[in-house]
Amino acid sequence: MTVLRIDSSLPGVIPLRPSSSPPLDAARLDELAAKPVLRQHHPGRWILAAIALVLLAQFVHALVTNPVFQWPVFGYWFFRPVILHGLLLTLELTGLTAVFGLLGGIVLALMRLSGNPVLRAISWGYIWIFRSIPLIVLLLFLANVTALYNVLSLGIPFGPAFVTFRATDLLSFFVVAVLGLSLNEAAYAAEIVRSGIISVHHGQLEAAAALGLPKARQYRRIILPQAARTIIPSYANQLIGLLKGTSVVYITSLLELFGVVETQASTNSGQIIPLLMVGTVWYIILTSLLSIVQHYVERYFSQGAQRGTAPARRFRGALRNLGVAR
Amino acid sequence: MSAAMEIRDVSKSYGAHRVLDRIRLTIHSGQVAVVIGPSGSGKSTLLRTINHLEPADTGYVSVHGEPMGVRVHRDRLKELGESAILRQRSRIGFVFQDFNLFDHLSVLDNIIEAPVVTKGKPKAQAKKHAHELLARVGLADKAGTYPRRLSGGQQQRVAIARALALEPELILFDEPTSALDPELVGEVLTVLKDLAASGTTMIVVTHEIAFAREAADLVVFLDEGRIVEQGPPEAVLDNPGHERIREFLRRVA
Repeated sequence: MTVLRIDSSLPGVIPLRPSSSPPLDAARLDELAAKPVLRQHHPGRWILAAIALVLLAQFVHALVTNPVFQWPVFGYWFFRPVILHGLLLTLELTGLTAVFGLLGGIVLALMRLSGNPVLRAISWGYIWIFRSIPLIVLLLFLANVTALYNVLSLGIPFGPAFVTFRATDLLSFFVVAVLGLSLNEAAYAAEIVRSGIISVHHGQLEAAAALGLPKARQYRRIILPQAARTIIPSYANQLIGLLKGTSVVYITSLLELFGVVETQASTNSGQIIPLLMVGTVWYIILTSLLSIVQHYVERYFSQGAQRGTAPARRFRGALRNLGVAR
Repeated sequence: MSAAMEIRDVSKSYGAHRVLDRIRLTIHSGQVAVVIGPSGSGKSTLLRTINHLEPADTGYVSVHGEPMGVRVHRDRLKELGESAILRQRSRIGFVFQDFNLFDHLSVLDNIIEAPVVTKGKPKAQAKKHAHELLARVGLADKAGTYPRRLSGGQQQRVAIARALALEPELILFDEPTSALDPELVGEVLTVLKDLAASGTTMIVVTHEIAFAREAADLVVFLDEGRIVEQGPPEAVLDNPGHERIREFLRRVA
């Protein structure tokens, strides 16, 4: 058995120096050891907090009392049917795009991770193109698609067509908006889903394969629920971006929340600030609702992830209280 | 005694590196084979070629006479389709070094997943069987728990129950105790010994020489992708014909 000795005369070895404070009385220390250790106070934190609170109060005071904001006008517009109509359109665009974008993203992510090099390349190319095109440009392209393709047909590729649409009939501005947003969203969702899938330990897929589970089942039952833990925070982020991003569709003359606010502001002069506040407050409300949903969905998929209590049971309990689930 | 599993001239290379070199091995029904050898000798790869997690370059493995993952196509062996391979895999249990339990499913759901999905077993029957298996590995009260809340030894015992749930003809163990804290190794080895005593056909890759001595019918020493020696434990472990084995045993003991 060799004993490792450290020679303090060697370069790089710092010898222990005697402390400058007076030596402590061991008996006294033993006596104190029985009592809880006192924690350090942080007076600086209190002072900074007080300054921050004063500044915040000033800001809120200015917001409430400054006549520029015209709070009565804000109150007049907040629940106007024209505003609520725009809000509904925002919700429809966001909801449909969230679903189509995620489905497209899952397909693209699986293509990107597949063993087929052609599918991999197509997926890569799609993501590359649609992340490169500004959303506003894409929407204008699609809105003017009649200029590019007069007729869309469904049939054998390069062969006879079974059904033919005139592009102008098929592509209402709403369809154009959902299509454009979804094409764009799918490219981002694909990368989010892919990052989720590759974050799941390789052994999980191997274990599923060793048990003989069919390929689709391996993904649906084993990989995706675990990938969801990584996917949900990023996708929620993406959805919040999308919620506000839907405002760009106003350039295709589709009047969602922002579009309504903008047109009303141009016809009611001097009311732009309160109208923008109406839009802002609605966006804040929607974002808050999304964050709450995110919180619960995240908890649901975190079952088994920690050593703590099972959150799924709490989630189901909450649903039961709301009368959603049995 | 019939051959439960035969490995015939299996070779495998990663690039220029030959991991398995013309492996031939026969395991009879109810036998316990323990594969030992230095790290990098191809032990794990050998185990993974048996259930086709890694395809062999040449040669084949058969279980009860049926080739795994390949069929005769004209004058060659040809790889089977994915779904056929998956069906064959459910005849072979596999226990991994780091358990690979599905963390998002309860212990019970981990165990019943494969029998219900691949064998079409009714759920109630699968659950009943799962509870019996959990009792057998000493975890009767853990059915509703999530894997992360169990110790490593308990997780590995669940993984063994999960493998048993398919009622496999053969179970492969890939270093089942190597990821465990020393004080948890014993509980897993106890389960392995119980399985061995009840006539389960098993192939165990391990560094636990004492386990090999006690439970193995056949000890296989692998080095640089070749079987150096195979035989009963008294022969291979106590009186090996090769200096390489003596040297290895001195190092792990």
